[in-house]
Amino acid sequence: MLWTQDYVSRGDFVENKNILEVKNLRTSFFTHVGEVKAIRGVGFHLKEGEAIGIVGESGSGKSVTSMSIMKLIQDPGKIVDGEIIFKEKDLVEFTQKEMQKIRGNEIAMIFQDPMTSLNPVFTIGNQIIEVIRKHKKMSKKEARKKAIEMLTLVGIPSPDKRVDQYPHEFSGGMRQRAMIAMALSCEPSLLIADEPTTALDVTIQAQILELMKNLKNEINTSIILITHDLGVVADVCSRIIVMYGGLIMEEATSEEIFYNPKHPYTKGLLKSIPKIDLGESQRLIPIEGTPPDLLNPPKGCPFAARCSDSMRICKEKQPPYFYTNEEHRAMCWLLHEDAPKTDTKAKGGIAIG
Amino acid sequence: MGRFIAKRFISMLVTLLFVVTITFFLMHAAPGGPFSREKALPAPILKVIEERFNLDKPVYQQYLIYLKDVAKGDLGPSFQRVGWTVNEIIEKTFPVSAKVGGVSVLLVLILGIPIGIVSALKQNKWQDQLAMFFATLGVTIPSFVIGTLIVHIFSTNLRILPSNGLSTWKHYIGPVIALAGFSLSFVARLTRSSMLEVMQQDYIRTARAKGLSEFTVLTKHALKNALIPVISYVGPLVAAILTGSFVVERIFAISGMGKYFVESVGNRDYTVIMGVTVFYAIFLVVMVFVVDILYGLIDPRIKLDR
Amino acid sequence: MEENMKIPDYMWETLSREEKDKEKIDRPVMTYWQDVWRRLKKNYLAMIGLVTIILIFLIAIFGPYLSSYTFSDQDLEITNQSMSMKHWFGTDSHGRDLLIRVIHGARVSLTVAVVASIVNFFIGIVYGGISGYMGGKVDNIMMRIVDIISTIPLVLYAIILMVVLKRGLSSVILAIGTIYWVRMARIVRGQILSLKELEYVLAAKTLGASTWRILFRHLIPNAMGPIIVTMTMMIPSAIFTESFLSFIGLGVSAPKPSWGSLASDALGGLTSYPYQLFFPSIAICITMLAFNFLGDGLRDALDPRLRK
Repeated sequence: MLWTQDYVSRGDFVENKNILEVKNLRTSFFTHVGEVKAIRGVGFHLKEGEAIGIVGESGSGKSVTSMSIMKLIQDPGKIVDGEIIFKEKDLVEFTQKEMQKIRGNEIAMIFQDPMTSLNPVFTIGNQIIEVIRKHKKMSKKEARKKAIEMLTLVGIPSPDKRVDQYPHEFSGGMRQRAMIAMALSCEPSLLIADEPTTALDVTIQAQILELMKNLKNEINTSIILITHDLGVVADVCSRIIVMYGGLIMEEATSEEIFYNPKHPYTKGLLKSIPKIDLGESQRLIPIEGTPPDLLNPPKGCPFAARCSDSMRICKEKQPPYFYTNEEHRAMCWLLHEDAPKTDTKAKGGIAIG
Repeated sequence: MGRFIAKRFISMLVTLLFVVTITFFLMHAAPGGPFSREKALPAPILKVIEERFNLDKPVYQQYLIYLKDVAKGDLGPSFQRVGWTVNEIIEKTFPVSAKVGGVSVLLVLILGIPIGIVSALKQNKWQDQLAMFFATLGVTIPSFVIGTLIVHIFSTNLRILPSNGLSTWKHYIGPVIALAGFSLSFVARLTRSSMLEVMQQDYIRTARAKGLSEFTVLTKHALKNALIPVISYVGPLVAAILTGSFVVERIFAISGMGKYFVESVGNRDYTVIMGVTVFYAIFLVVMVFVVDILYGLIDPRIKLDR
Repeated sequence: MEENMKIPDYMWETLSREEKDKEKIDRPVMTYWQDVWRRLKKNYLAMIGLVTIILIFLIAIFGPYLSSYTFSDQDLEITNQSMSMKHWFGTDSHGRDLLIRVIHGARVSLTVAVVASIVNFFIGIVYGGISGYMGGKVDNIMMRIVDIISTIPLVLYAIILMVVLKRGLSSVILAIGTIYWVRMARIVRGQILSLKELEYVLAAKTLGASTWRILFRHLIPNAMGPIIVTMTMMIPSAIFTESFLSFIGLGVSAPKPSWGSLASDALGGLTSYPYQLFFPSIAICITMLAFNFLGDGLRDALDPRLRK
């Protein structure tokens, strides 16, 4: 029986070039109590113009993944192993000076809380102009024009007035729009959005997501959308990666994740989001327990302690990826051909290697 | 902005009224009259004196008269130094104190803030530990100990520093170190912790994610925010240096206002104590007012919040 | 990487709940204060501070009983003697034993500091508690008053109070005790403001608990962390102020010694007898250092968020 223990790049199968390919990425935080292994071997790829979602609860390693790609992991954190191939160059090898040319320019980022992510003592305009002037050869005047243009693009009313206002004069939704304007002002080829809607009202959330979807088509940016909310990604992303305990638990197209999930954790996540469209009353089922302690990560499957179907092997050995099809993989022993058939076990899981 | 200043100005006036009132009534609650320590004066002379100082009038009238005088800038005559007014005493002694105090304030800000910043950036490295070691000593050794040690070691034993008055720049070294020691350490510690807190903020992450150099992140995005609490310490800083002058001027034999104030306390020169206290209070409240305005200029959120 | 192995059948057995939970219980459950104590114990500077403080208290309390001298015994035959076996710290210009005077100074300084801090603590808690709990207009006015008071240097107040009051230990305590509560009041108010919106307070309200009961049973105990840190930081300020007042001649009255007045007395003969300044100064510095270390440590232990 052959399995893949690690993720094998599947980018060769498709025509589009990979803009980003992460291979076996490991990032740890060396704290005074020991090494916290925040991500423990994560691999995935992103094609040009594609939008993928990374989903998981807090502590799953999704934010650390994005900060690792930006190489913004702060002391005592460190990328321990792996490669981050962006446009055929390995960012792990880049110096901080070289990264400064990438950040904000080729890879831009939007953060969770627009209330705290903008500097309170500078005007919105100042903060957008700053990033434009850093990366593009533009005069102050041109940069300001560009900033106003960007604010118009993200739908901020009377942008020529708003540009001189401070963050506290903006509402939450408006601030996130300004953040997006700032992130897109240098036309990056990759945009990482880390929980861009979590801190916002539901109605504003929808607006921001709609905006991101439109902008993606307009300026052909690839997007990594990080969230704990499966509902948020469904609309924007073509592929979804589910993370847990510093590992990728399952990866598939959005349809597959929603209609044919393989991993018990993904199923749990799906059961815990409300489905309005079903029209019938349905109980939300929370996943019990808390994520594993990454200071001493379990040697088996990280989800075993919370999984309703966990077996002895789940505690003993970390499962390999089982592929259902070329674009669908899951890290779960239930997909093994010898595993007992339970009702949650999916039919026809195949392992390739 | 105009409304903000107006509001601050009014609250400044209220504070001043409060201070003058408290000081006045406290002084009048003091045991024994101003002349109680002298031999009993003949009744007619006492009467003349009482009239001259309005002591024969009821307290509330004295209060109103005093209030009016203070508003006009007149702090009254000295009880003990015949022929001197409090104003004259302040005019003569305040510039002396202000020179030493001003140099100390400058030293505190010019040295304290950079030391704090470097400490924060080199957190837990030797630079930080060295700076924080001295900063901890600075807040634990009272100024009168630092002052006397300087006089003893550098003036008396080594004879490299003068110990009397303020005639050359060398005369400033001792008093300024003694005066600034505590506040310098405090500002360094404050800047450090403020800087450390700011460096954890989300907007610093955003600034880094924009590809700004670490230098820009620090000097532009972090520093302006980190200095906000430091600025709010400038008022208390001036106060600390002011009260420090009470002992430092005595140790270094500088005839400034602090030394004079302590002497007046010693010989119970009530009008001088009252007048100097009121003067100190006015001076400080105005400083706080200026700092508040400065605060409003640096932190755009202030205008809305208050 | 490829693997080829057969998985034994027993591996496929479903796990029971107990087996799943086995790993979870390896960390003992600790109460908040146990956790604080555990963190504090790890901070060696704070522990040095704590031990030093306990030692200073023990010396101040029992020291005078172990000495054959008293702080006021004058012996003009032995004025200004240097350190010796009979007088470890030497004698002063009146021939009094300096060691016992420094120990008595510790009594004065610690009494002032502790009692003044307790006075501050109560004024601050009541004032800040009421202000924060009432909120609205009451809070507004009370905080305005605090703003006004905090504009004026507190030492100046203490000086004026000392001019007005009869000199002595109780006056010093009163002067210091009534001026430093402003910071405590602010901290308590801030804590109460953020705590009073929490569910358990609402629950207590709905159950009909009285205002005072909610304030003192529910709110203040939960605000205890920052309050204790403020207390620890207040004690050195009080010691500082007391020695300062004594130094300019406004502290306790002679012959009772305090560290400040001992330092002041030493000024005259500084050139010939520097040790007379050295010992009281060292005593102040050690005490200040100890309280500062403990205070810093407590702050870090109580607020893990601030810890690096």
